[in-house]
Amino acid sequence: MSSKVQFASAPVDIEQAPSLGRLRLKGFASTLLKAAALAAFAFLLFGPLANLVLWSFAERWYAPFKLPVSYGTRYWEVVFRPTGDAMSSLMTSVSIACLTVAVALAISVPAGYALARLKLPWRTALMILFLLPQAFPSVAIYINVARVFYSIGLTGTIAGVVLVHAAHGLVYSVWIAAAAFAAVDRDLELAARNIGASPLRTFFTVTLPLAMPGIMASAIFVFLESLDEFTGTFFVGVPQVTTLPLLLYNASMGGNYQIASITALILLVPSVLFMLFIERFLKADVLSKVGQ
Amino acid sequence: MTVTSSGSAAIDIDHLKVSYGNNRVLHGVSLSVAKGEFIAILGSSGCGKTTLLRTIAGFQKASGGAIRLFGRDVVDMPPEKRGMAMMFQSYALWPHMSVLGNVGYGLRLRGVSREEIRKRVAEVLRMLNLSGLEDRKVTNLSGGQRQRVALGRALAIEPEILLLDEPLSNLDAKVRLQLRTEIKTLQSRLGFTAIHVTHDREEAMTMADRIVVMDAGHIAQVGTPKEVFDNPVSPFVASFMGAENTLHLDVRASGAGIEVKAEQGHAVQWNGDVPVGPVTAYFRDDVASLGDPSVAIEGSIVLPGTITQRTYPGGHYRYVVAIADRHFTVTDDDYHELDRPVGLRLPLASLHLFPSEQSQGGFHA
Repeated sequence: MSSKVQFASAPVDIEQAPSLGRLRLKGFASTLLKAAALAAFAFLLFGPLANLVLWSFAERWYAPFKLPVSYGTRYWEVVFRPTGDAMSSLMTSVSIACLTVAVALAISVPAGYALARLKLPWRTALMILFLLPQAFPSVAIYINVARVFYSIGLTGTIAGVVLVHAAHGLVYSVWIAAAAFAAVDRDLELAARNIGASPLRTFFTVTLPLAMPGIMASAIFVFLESLDEFTGTFFVGVPQVTTLPLLLYNASMGGNYQIASITALILLVPSVLFMLFIERFLKADVLSKVGQ
Repeated sequence: MTVTSSGSAAIDIDHLKVSYGNNRVLHGVSLSVAKGEFIAILGSSGCGKTTLLRTIAGFQKASGGAIRLFGRDVVDMPPEKRGMAMMFQSYALWPHMSVLGNVGYGLRLRGVSREEIRKRVAEVLRMLNLSGLEDRKVTNLSGGQRQRVALGRALAIEPEILLLDEPLSNLDAKVRLQLRTEIKTLQSRLGFTAIHVTHDREEAMTMADRIVVMDAGHIAQVGTPKEVFDNPVSPFVASFMGAENTLHLDVRASGAGIEVKAEQGHAVQWNGDVPVGPVTAYFRDDVASLGDPSVAIEGSIVLPGTITQRTYPGGHYRYVVAIADRHFTVTDDDYHELDRPVGLRLPLASLHLFPSEQSQGGFHA
């Protein structure tokens, strides 16, 4: 494993990082060291990714070879064949993620507004309530959820999986939406009311548009969480519902590293795209109000 | 001062009470504002002036009393039904809308057509010297321009009543003076009724037809700027209007008139209308003057003291005069040497005299 060797050199560079300040006068050495530290950091991040890419194009790769024996796009063709498992589970994954976002927003927009604006007696308790699904070991929870869902016929259905994902994503969407609404200056709403806008009109023309960046960010988080979710889908959806993470799991369990790598790369695309978006949407004034 | 049953008043506030929880902020405020009048509500922070304005606007619930606009009781009405417009200290412009969107918002609510909105917004902007800025983002405007846009947004709906919640206090001194005149000019031209909350005495004096001085949830005095300035009814109003020097005097009946005596200095005969007994005199630093300590002046008390400090803020000198263990700030046109004995001359007619026990609980700036 070539990556192991590179990994070992990384901590050495990082340990020297604190001495950078003293080296400031020796500009060149400092720059060199920074570059080395950055490279090591980048490798920590991108090393595993490079490994994925390598695996996805490796048609044959076995010990003791450090690089694939032969390259090709055969497995990409397998994955992207219209009738293939990968494409259908990608579709399933994306539809579940979209539905999850819809369900989460339907709850988090009114709940976030209420938490931010109304004087609720159990405000903190309610905020914690949305955190609960994240607070306990998920396997224990999902086993019980699966039992309950089985008795009401929700196991193995898209609806069941969507519900599990939404419960999981609500903590992000409610907390971020509450912060986004709290960041909207009260005077902006009052100014609209003052010159004749009804509360509903004020909400849709002033409050919601101003909170939208935060709400979009929360929607993206929920989407990504849903796309990535494994445990809940495994307990509630299998075998009828197969999402990409489940396909990935099956492929790697079956020793098919090429399919697993390609699936992982596909899963990575929306994450990277959305992270770029989130950076634009989530402003400091919203972030500072998360959880307040 | 209160006209409770008059239908002609634009705003008639009748024993208005407001509480935040158990904390009563307004203790039964009554005020009547005529149509087209410009009222300034003046007070230090926490006196309830902003609460009063926000209750009139409908942002704050009243716990008692009535607010009648042109005879119609609005105290339980939501803000959007009250038909007024307000300018906020924070401008409160919507950052996701252009200048056109902000100014035209009220018209859009009223179902005015798109072209008509554009036309009327252009008129409003011309009135405010903002022509051509329709499509500018409000976040790309200066503070003065933003507050003008906020004024335009308020005026676009042609309100009968304009509420101003310290709209000028976030602006530069120069822009503030400019906007002060602009608002006043527009008010006399368009004829709306205005209530302006401020803590700036000069702003209130120059803009308002009548000033309402508030103190701890009560109205301390209502009157024209000149009345409130020249004849404050209480020690609080006197010191709030700038009479921040205080002096204890003793007033005794003497012959046909009275005799006024300070701890230092000679007794002075006078025939003014003042309360008899121990009184506290409130005076602004420009009513006093400095002169020879040995010369007695008709109708003035002369206190012997020493000048301890002199500054020149421009136009006149400002002195600190020590009399016994007290220090007074005095402005005088003439130059005087430091550390010289000097007579602090106080014309009795320019002092605001209140019985001493009344001023005990008063406000000392």
